[in-house]
Amino acid sequence: MLRLDNVSKVYRIGAFGGKALHAVNNVSFEVQKGEVVALIGESGSGKSTIGKMILRLLEVTEGKITYNGEDISVFKGETLKNYYRQVQGVFQDPFSSYNPIFKADRIFEVLHEEFFPGLSATEWQHRVENALFSVGLNPAHVLNKYPHQLSGGQLQRFLIARALLLDIQFLVADEIISMLDASTRIDVLNLLADLKSRGLSILFITHDLSLAYYISDRAIILYKGYVVERGAAEKIFHTPLHPYTRMLMESVPRLDRKWEKGTTLLERQAEAFQGGCPYYERCPVAEKICAAYRPPLAEVDADHLVACVHYEPSATPLNPLAYTEQRTRQGNPG
Amino acid sequence: MALKVENLTVYYQTLRGDVHALEHATFQIADGEIMGLAGESGCGKTTLGHSLIVLFPPMKYIGGQVWLDNEELPIWDSERMNAYRFHKVSLIPQYAMNAMNPIRKIGKMIQELLESRKVDYKEVLPELKRRLDLVALPHDVLQMYPIELSGGMKQRMVMVISSLLNPSLLIADEITSALDVATQKAVAEMLVEFRDRQFVKSMIVITHDISILYQVADSILIMYAGVLAEKAPTQSIIESPRHPYTRLLISSLPEVGVRFADKRLSGIPGNPPLLLDPPIGCRFRDRCPLAFERCLEEPPFIEVAKDHYVACWREFENHA
Repeated sequence: MLRLDNVSKVYRIGAFGGKALHAVNNVSFEVQKGEVVALIGESGSGKSTIGKMILRLLEVTEGKITYNGEDISVFKGETLKNYYRQVQGVFQDPFSSYNPIFKADRIFEVLHEEFFPGLSATEWQHRVENALFSVGLNPAHVLNKYPHQLSGGQLQRFLIARALLLDIQFLVADEIISMLDASTRIDVLNLLADLKSRGLSILFITHDLSLAYYISDRAIILYKGYVVERGAAEKIFHTPLHPYTRMLMESVPRLDRKWEKGTTLLERQAEAFQGGCPYYERCPVAEKICAAYRPPLAEVDADHLVACVHYEPSATPLNPLAYTEQRTRQGNPG
Repeated sequence: MALKVENLTVYYQTLRGDVHALEHATFQIADGEIMGLAGESGCGKTTLGHSLIVLFPPMKYIGGQVWLDNEELPIWDSERMNAYRFHKVSLIPQYAMNAMNPIRKIGKMIQELLESRKVDYKEVLPELKRRLDLVALPHDVLQMYPIELSGGMKQRMVMVISSLLNPSLLIADEITSALDVATQKAVAEMLVEFRDRQFVKSMIVITHDISILYQVADSILIMYAGVLAEKAPTQSIIESPRHPYTRLLISSLPEVGVRFADKRLSGIPGNPPLLLDPPIGCRFRDRCPLAFERCLEEPPFIEVAKDHYVACWREFENHA
């Protein structure tokens, strides 16, 4: 239902916008109805930029985003409003999503005036209460309060309830649980899972792999704005192929396995990157060719695509399960 | 025993009365021990960490004693504490990434910091450079401004600064929470390395992420609503937790390999109590599935197995 075709985003940086920063490069993927897609990457990988482009908060530099076959960049006025009825976003920091001098339920009133001017106050109140119940909040406890009187988890669920009041089909969830405590975090995740089973599509943007696996059907791994691996969640998590994905999986702190010692390569300073594989500077298994050649995403298995020379049709692939034995090159970074 | 804390009680003064943020904390940390301190936000973990080094208003010292290397720390007396800060007790604050002075070059800032503690910069410089090598930062960073460093680099720089004078106790407050997994792992491993090289005698690592503690800590202390709930060696906390809160907390953590379709995890229903007027008895009582009449009394924090302390009446019953 939502589809990105070769989408790129270039930011102008420097004092006079003289330099270009390629935040997102030729990203293509599709999110089906009722599907949760995890968009995973570290800070600066362009994952939030993609979310903002889908929400039309940023313009697309190149490529096209289509929603049910229609190009979203041409929406304006009534059609744009209609788009926002169906596509909504919730962001990382619930506290900064509210205006602290107004009561938190003002977000519902604004919605009422803007999208449902025809509804009576009582009818609207009824809808708000239903939406709050469906996100697991008791309206009597949370309505008529200021943002500082509510917890982060409550505020975050408020925002989801707000999205539900619209005829929402697609939710961009940008790091929505990274600020929540472990005990409430899982409740919000379960809520998303319930919404998904009711047919809602979710783009779940995160850097936390264990949370992403818990909820997603498919996963996309981003590195420096490039998709390095994508496919079915089980495949990405159980047989990660790209060296970057393997490194991520190895670094996730787990309760059932301790870290391998000394396999981490520290980050290097970002250098001007020209052609070549985006992961070349940190890759432990890089070949000479990787410096100059950027491999395209190639399908290695049903619904599993990787952009790495080791998995191109003619190459001898690395053993997908041996990633724990793979030693990372110890270099002097910087 | 590197650190011994007895009955430490610290409140926050507010216009509406005292917030009972930390009550009757009693625990010990051995030489060379890395103790993880975990709990939900607002459980008092940062208050505990800060009260050992920077007990400033609105924090108010109510009672209790702290010994470091068998010497009592005058934590209630900010002036006298100055002699210990940085030399014996050091802190990596929660927002360490922004903790450096943005308008000073890093080397200059360290120099000023050392001078304020009456240490000669030139004498320390060779050691400083050795440690920069150890954390893989180029010596040039001393000539740079903080803004020129990435998040992970800043975090490593602050770690080097905080541990420069080989303190007996280093308190690391949420130092991995804002980092990516790969950087997180590097920083966490560095903490262990600093301990192994004896730059720091013992450490308190404050975080809400228990899976990080499983990787680096020797023991874990779980706090709930301003009181200590359980302290035990890491393996015991993860594999055989005894406090109901610890059990629920650990079972609510999603792991790679768990999906909601196969195994639906659940959170802990309810919210922590307000500490302005804390409930009597066990503070977890309202959310606890095992609560009974006895829980109206406050449970003491007792050693139920070797090095395993817990504050729960149910648990005491099982052992009686």
